[in-house]
Amino acid sequence: MAKNSAKDIEVTAFATHQIITQPNPLRKVLRRVEDKDMDDPVSRAEQALAGLAGEFKDWMTTEVNRLSAAYVAIRNDGFTKDRRDELFRAAHDIKGDAATFGYPAAAGIAESLCRVIEHAPDLERVPAELFTHHINAILAIVHENTKLDSISVSAELSRRLRKVADDYLADVNRDRPEHLEVILAPSIVPAE
Amino acid sequence: MFRIDFNKLRFLVCDDNPHMRRILRTLLHSFGAREVYEAEDGATALEMYSHYVPDIVITDWAMPIFDGLELAQMIRQPESKGNPYAPIIMLTGHSEKRRVTVARDAGVTEFLAKPISAKGLYQRILNVVANPRPFIKTKTYFGPDRRRNTNSAYMGPERRVGEKHEVLQQPSLLDKARSSI
Repeated sequence: MAKNSAKDIEVTAFATHQIITQPNPLRKVLRRVEDKDMDDPVSRAEQALAGLAGEFKDWMTTEVNRLSAAYVAIRNDGFTKDRRDELFRAAHDIKGDAATFGYPAAAGIAESLCRVIEHAPDLERVPAELFTHHINAILAIVHENTKLDSISVSAELSRRLRKVADDYLADVNRDRPEHLEVILAPSIVPAE
Repeated sequence: MFRIDFNKLRFLVCDDNPHMRRILRTLLHSFGAREVYEAEDGATALEMYSHYVPDIVITDWAMPIFDGLELAQMIRQPESKGNPYAPIIMLTGHSEKRRVTVARDAGVTEFLAKPISAKGLYQRILNVVANPRPFIKTKTYFGPDRRRNTNSAYMGPERRVGEKHEVLQQPSLLDKARSSI
């Protein structure tokens, strides 16, 4: 259904470019309905997502164990491109998933760790404590979530780790303006 | 009001993380979609794209070997035998301005920063279904029209030559990404 036939595609040529237009291939899936007949697919989806919540703790534990294993491999055998990429992807997945799973502070710490991995000019020279503090904090938030005064303590932990990481990155990138610009730029995702 | 008949849409979801694929599948099914195909890497997604001819692609960015950006670039091949026009929604943990720009320049149609929300995903799908943009082909780009600037007096270095000032009255991809929650 998604593809129009070639005769429906109109190409208009200009000096530097072509503009290609075609009838909306998805127009048939749009239906006009009266307000009274409009259901709420977003609300339905939110309820379905809430139905998965019982699994989030296990999923988050899997994610942090993967992160921890990725760092243990680096600590034992050093950085290689594959190990670095696995550490980044593990942290990056937590950055993206943790808030959905109910651990927003862990997402913030994982983001800070991603920034260190992405912007440190030489990962071998990054103090090991910077990695271990980030990873241990994420582990603690996930494993001790029910014991910690979780919101205030973990949010404060996240803020402090981000500050330490940003200070480190600003220092080691002082002669790399392209990285410094990215480090100092605000996120497009609104803060909590 | 418009309603989307999700049961007539075919989705391809590409994410290496099984938990995120499960969440996406759950959201799409609860919207009403029946056909949701899943790939865990870009290479598999490209094969499935050719085989199943999905209406909409939802892809992660960071994946091993063949990432979501490369997938978008492979789909946006104007001479390909497949469909180079399918809407591509980039769903990613990347949340920096420059990433939005890079995704846009790879031919991505919509950008949605994680954490995912039902509302954000629905709005992106609604937009690609209801407001498709024309495609532009230049020497270096093939993909949805990237211009959303309503300033017709713009005379910068990438000004197109030879047409009237036709612009789409839409917020920029970056502004939309910022309001994704």
